[in-house]
Amino acid sequence: MSDAKKLAIIATKGTLDWAYPPFILASTAAALGYETQIFFTFYGLQLLRKKLALKVSPLGNPGMPMPMGMDKWFPVLGTAIPGMQAVMTAMMKSKMKSKGVASVEELRSLCQEADVKMIACQMTVDLFDMSPSSFVDGIEFGGAATFFEFAGESDICLYI
Amino acid sequence: MANFDQELDASGLNCPLPILRAKKSLAGMEGGQVLHIIATDPGSVKDFEAFSKQTGNELMESREDGGKFHFLIKKA
Repeated sequence: MSDAKKLAIIATKGTLDWAYPPFILASTAAALGYETQIFFTFYGLQLLRKKLALKVSPLGNPGMPMPMGMDKWFPVLGTAIPGMQAVMTAMMKSKMKSKGVASVEELRSLCQEADVKMIACQMTVDLFDMSPSSFVDGIEFGGAATFFEFAGESDICLYI
Repeated sequence: MANFDQELDASGLNCPLPILRAKKSLAGMEGGQVLHIIATDPGSVKDFEAFSKQTGNELMESREDGGKFHFLIKKA
């Protein structure tokens, strides 16, 4: 498979909305025959947890549509109301379900089935005192040089 | 519509699920066999064209019928 195209992704964000691009692109690339690798670093490591507790926050995100025009009436304060993050996360999840968008868990397991290689950044795992046993099975641990070994040969390289 | 060997109903599913399910179905089929896919995601029209071009599995037919999209893909 050395003549297969290669996609290398760095996943750096740990929110519900930003969990989608790496897993959607990686699973689709794998379906198209790409050899695919995702390097998870900093907050991106949250996407590797067995039990995902990803949230979406309207705070500091003026592009996020909010119910009842709240984003218009309370541009800053509205997003800072306690509990708003939980409300928006629940709304986003139910909206996605109703539109037939896959859950992050589903996309992640599709990636695993398709042999997408997932690498956790060892340095950030240590930095945040994260336990490797809290991550899904089948991932590898490595550093920047590990990433470049694959990324240097890749046809597409994305920083998300 | 031409004959097909297997059918995949991806109605209600959104990007990229129809493509991923199709890929999975094709993986279990023999070369030359035809997969009939039904989808409701309008984005799947362009996506199945792109999927076919990149994987070499021929898109024999792509049509809309009453809000549903039908595709026939022949496994390479």
